Amino acid sequence: MIPDLLRAAWGYRGFIYGSVKREFQSRYRNSLLGALWNIINPLAMIIVYTVIFSQLMQARLPGVENNLAYGIFLCSGLLTWGFFQEMIARGQGVFLDNGNMLKKLSFPRITLPIISVLSSLVNFSIIFSLFIGFLVVTGNYPNISILAIFPLILLQILFAMSLGIILGVLNVFFRDIGQFMGVVLQFWFWFTPIIYPLNVAPKQAQEWIVLNPMTSVAQAYQGVFVYGKWPDWYSLWPTFAIALILFVVALRLFRKRAGEIVDEL
Amino acid sequence: MSEIQVVNLGKAYKTYPSQWARLAEWLIPNSKPRHELKWVLTDISFHIKPGEALGVVGMNGAGKSTLLKILTGTTQATSGHLSATGRVAALLELGMGFHPDFTGRQNVYMAGQLLGLSMEELHTLMPSIEAFAEIGEYMDHPLRTYSSGMQMRLAFSVATAQRPDILIVDEALSVGDSYFQHKSFDRIRQFRKEGTTLLIVSHDRQSIQSVCDRAILLNKGNLVMEGPPEEVMDYYGAMMAEREQNTIRQERLDNGKVRTISGTGEASISSVVLLDEQGKATEVIEVGSPVTLEVRVDINSDIPRLVLGFMIKDRMGQAIYGINTHRLNRELIDLKAGDKVVYRYAFPANIGKGHYSIALSLSRLDSHIDTNYEWRDFALVFHIINSTQPDFVGAAWLDSSLDIQRS
Repeated sequence: MIPDLLRAAWGYRGFIYGSVKREFQSRYRNSLLGALWNIINPLAMIIVYTVIFSQLMQARLPGVENNLAYGIFLCSGLLTWGFFQEMIARGQGVFLDNGNMLKKLSFPRITLPIISVLSSLVNFSIIFSLFIGFLVVTGNYPNISILAIFPLILLQILFAMSLGIILGVLNVFFRDIGQFMGVVLQFWFWFTPIIYPLNVAPKQAQEWIVLNPMTSVAQAYQGVFVYGKWPDWYSLWPTFAIALILFVVALRLFRKRAGEIVDEL
Repeated sequence: MSEIQVVNLGKAYKTYPSQWARLAEWLIPNSKPRHELKWVLTDISFHIKPGEALGVVGMNGAGKSTLLKILTGTTQATSGHLSATGRVAALLELGMGFHPDFTGRQNVYMAGQLLGLSMEELHTLMPSIEAFAEIGEYMDHPLRTYSSGMQMRLAFSVATAQRPDILIVDEALSVGDSYFQHKSFDRIRQFRKEGTTLLIVSHDRQSIQSVCDRAILLNKGNLVMEGPPEEVMDYYGAMMAEREQNTIRQERLDNGKVRTISGTGEASISSVVLLDEQGKATEVIEVGSPVTLEVRVDINSDIPRLVLGFMIKDRMGQAIYGINTHRLNRELIDLKAGDKVVYRYAFPANIGKGHYSIALSLSRLDSHIDTNYEWRDFALVFHIINSTQPDFVGAAWLDSSLDIQRS
């Protein structure tokens, strides 16, 4: 079943590429600075997190000398979480938002989640490149362990896209899903060590937090950028296993309900 | 070459008493179905041969759109089987995938890709798309500056840029100015000539009869009739008039045509003749000669108001001329059962040579849609011959005079 879907999507690669490009362009059409806003917005965010937290609020990460460390810690968790969250949020709305098109045109529906993931990836790449640029400018050169971000990003995409498709299909039939996920993502965010390092959380809470599949991913990113060390690959296996299961479930659910989706929109 | 084969096709939507029932059905394994099926199409079978054109007619809610959606693949049939070979293009909703902030050209690429064309194909087709749309420099302006007609031109040009093997057209097409309407219809006809199999949904008698080889009539999700477009349209017209009380009857005439008679029968036509100058019944008439249409009507029960209308149709079934006593302010009031009325319409036969038929209607008001006492297609067939006037072409005899000055 996967080859069929992939072949269909490949046949529409032009449409996928065009849609991603168009979405990117349409955001800043008719603005004076145009694509510059793609840089200004995330840059402002990075500066706020790093400068405000580390310089003004003097927030320090226990056991690290560098006074930018907490800002870097924050950015490596927040930016990647933002990417993850955007993919899920867009995934759950992808069939509802394109309802009109689904009802009127016959085209491979799997292209829609692919477009939404790729669009998120483009945004994330810009933001993340700026972050790395910022690290270079401030003298916090990442070392060779930075290569670890590629498998990490792929893992996040597999996880979020699968979850997004599942939610996207369910959302067509049960509109509560969208509301519900808004609440869940709030809790999920705070149950992931992004704002705080795991070891500052209460002991009982830590036991639960490590069960969160995103904990190991956030820690892996933080490890790369704050400490320059390779991720603990073993800790990522459970997350990968969950992502794979979600992926299979997503494809089966999509396959089974794809026809019904149109009737329900 | 491509054909469409539809066998026992049915479509049902699931209806659940509540969202919780749906959830229960999804989550509880091996649970009994908690939904009811609401059938909108049942047991539809037809076959369109390669290169043939089929018209689909039916009232709103008859299931036409659902059938089209199944044929184009946007929705799946619940039962039955469908096979279509070749590239299918659908003109259901024009302009899908357009974005107002991008130029016409950018939108053509986008919409074209959505239709399954590749970038290279679109590069090649672009000049012809541009030429057909005739929107000039607007091609490179943002779509939001377009008028709706221009958007429609562009959308149609993209959707038909490449000749499809099967083309499915919804009546949505009747937008845009009449110039472009003609142009787009010409393109559809051209496709047909080159072998495209065509399926058209419309309410419009003219477009069905002028393009289609055959037509099917849908009613409440069932296929109720299949046959030559004219017969189906007559039946459909009668069906529109009825809906409730009465029956529709069709008789096969000697010339192979089918006469459709419908109505409540409260008033009925007892005889129809066409009289020449000498008052003799005739079926062959000289161009321009005066004739009288004599219609005898029996009143079978008391009726408040009676209007008689007649319409002359050419052999394609297109209306040539029609009028009724309501429009002439000569309607009759308060008729009693047993009354007899004789109507005589006199007119010069200023029409071109060929076969014509006359349809009659007895109704209460201007239109037979309201109360239809009797509607009769092919009430009379006559021929116009031309042995006295110069040989002219067309349906109207305008008896032009000529003045030439040469210096």
